[in-house]
Amino acid sequence: MADTITRPDLDPADGARGAAPAERVPTVIADRVDIVYRVNGTGAGRGSATAALNRILRRKKSEKAAGVRRVHAVRNVSFTAYRGEAIGLIGTNGSGKSTLLKAVAGLLPVENGHIYTDGQPSLLGVNAALMNDLTGERNVHLGGLAMGMTREQVRARYQEIVDFSGINEKGDFITLPMRTYSSGMAARLRFSIAAAKDHDVLLIDEALATGDRSFQKRSEDRIRELRKQAGTVFLVSHNNKSIRDTCERVLWLERGELRLDGPTEDVMKEYEKFTNGKK
Amino acid sequence: MSQVLDTPPPTKPTAPAATESPAELAARYGLGVSGARPSLPQYVRQLWARRHFITAFATAKLTAQYSQAKLGQLWQVVNPLLNAAVYYLIFGVLMGTSRGVPDYVPFLVTGVFVWTFTQSSIMAGTRAVSGSLGLVRALHFPRASLPVSYCLQQLQQLLFSMVALAVILLCFGVPVAASWLLIVPALALQFMFNAGVAMVMARVGAKTPDIAQLMPFVLRTWMYTAGVMFSIDHVLAGRDVPSWARLLLEYNPAAVYIDLVRFALIDSFQGSQLPDHVWAVALGWALLAGIGGFIYFWKAEETYGRG
Repeated sequence: MADTITRPDLDPADGARGAAPAERVPTVIADRVDIVYRVNGTGAGRGSATAALNRILRRKKSEKAAGVRRVHAVRNVSFTAYRGEAIGLIGTNGSGKSTLLKAVAGLLPVENGHIYTDGQPSLLGVNAALMNDLTGERNVHLGGLAMGMTREQVRARYQEIVDFSGINEKGDFITLPMRTYSSGMAARLRFSIAAAKDHDVLLIDEALATGDRSFQKRSEDRIRELRKQAGTVFLVSHNNKSIRDTCERVLWLERGELRLDGPTEDVMKEYEKFTNGKK
Repeated sequence: MSQVLDTPPPTKPTAPAATESPAELAARYGLGVSGARPSLPQYVRQLWARRHFITAFATAKLTAQYSQAKLGQLWQVVNPLLNAAVYYLIFGVLMGTSRGVPDYVPFLVTGVFVWTFTQSSIMAGTRAVSGSLGLVRALHFPRASLPVSYCLQQLQQLLFSMVALAVILLCFGVPVAASWLLIVPALALQFMFNAGVAMVMARVGAKTPDIAQLMPFVLRTWMYTAGVMFSIDHVLAGRDVPSWARLLLEYNPAAVYIDLVRFALIDSFQGSQLPDHVWAVALGWALLAGIGGFIYFWKAEETYGRG
């Protein structure tokens, strides 16, 4: 966490955001949000057993001495998202995009600050709920239920999900265990399950990069559809094109800090300058 | 915004109207704090709404367990049978613990199966949150679904064991009786007890994953005192044991549930071998652990998933 690179802090969003009409309805408000991960067992090098003992005995007193590393993943980020907006989150790897998204979803607690949301934002993704040893069919049910759909909703959407995934285009694969799928097929099924539910605030983490070209096109269409139904969409992606295609506003995170917040084209230009300049 | 150590973050105008703080803006539009803990009644309702997920998750875990084995789901029954055979070999044949206990094999196997239910529920509960961090960090659901679901998986496993047990009982000449039906309330109470303890351990294990290393030792000690391999009643008979130790042994929840199931299934296991007010004790343990564990788990609901 060395702050070696000094950079002029830009604050260009004034013009863009100031012009916004005041009566827009906010759906997500982040107010000076800090997120800190604590990692056990990184130890103070040698003697990690004593460090561990220390950690147990003096939990509150000094985390540093006890070998707990604090990773400050998101620093003092504030923004307000409004209904009907599609917001891209960009930044180099490890800049805190996914972490921020999880905090908005209420899945990671914030260290300082507050995140206010309209209803329950949901992350697009059910990977963790699925089991490789089960058939695709059972995974569709399990994933749907895990996302909070009712049994009837899952049953009603089942055929739609399978058709969308295209798993059965090459034969009856949906009744095979998921571990037998190719990685592309598995990714398609996962996306199809995840995208089956309608959300108020939808958070998408690099979901567009899965599958072959024709499936990517289908997913993008589906995202656009979801966006119409959802109040607000957040999209994390390293694909500048899909950000440009889907979002009209972009937040640029770098080292956990919000560097830029503004209309897509303005921010993307700065971002591309930054990433190209790095080489 | 008073940090000076880090590079000063760009200050953002968060709302068009500079006079309104984010909190006020949020209040005006009725936005809630993300990831806040729901109230207890709300939590119960959320959990109930997820009941299908809980059962589907449990069944999925159970079937996934043997999906790669050639014998497949047959292992669900073979596994407990082998387990019982090992205990019989050691305690019945080699050590001869059977002295004084009629129908020792049914007695022992019942004890092992019923104890395994509690043991594996608690073990699974300890890892329920810490082992499912991916799920906790990706999806929204009342976290109590996890320990409850894991216990349900163990209950399903137990039902398979009960099939094996019925076979063993019949082989050893224990007659089928109406009292067999008593295992339904007994196991229901035990399930409630297990789920409660599992929820307590899930919270502890989420905060301190090291507990999972410690639990096997605790559980083994518990097993040897719970009368799985011996009859507490016989051991205590005619000995000068301090009354507190007697109470501790007799009202040990694991021992209570094991003996209730034995009483239900084995005709030579008499009601006189059960401690006084045994059903009330079983119910008391179930309510104490079930409700207490649930509230204890709920109190930390918003913290699960932190790294």
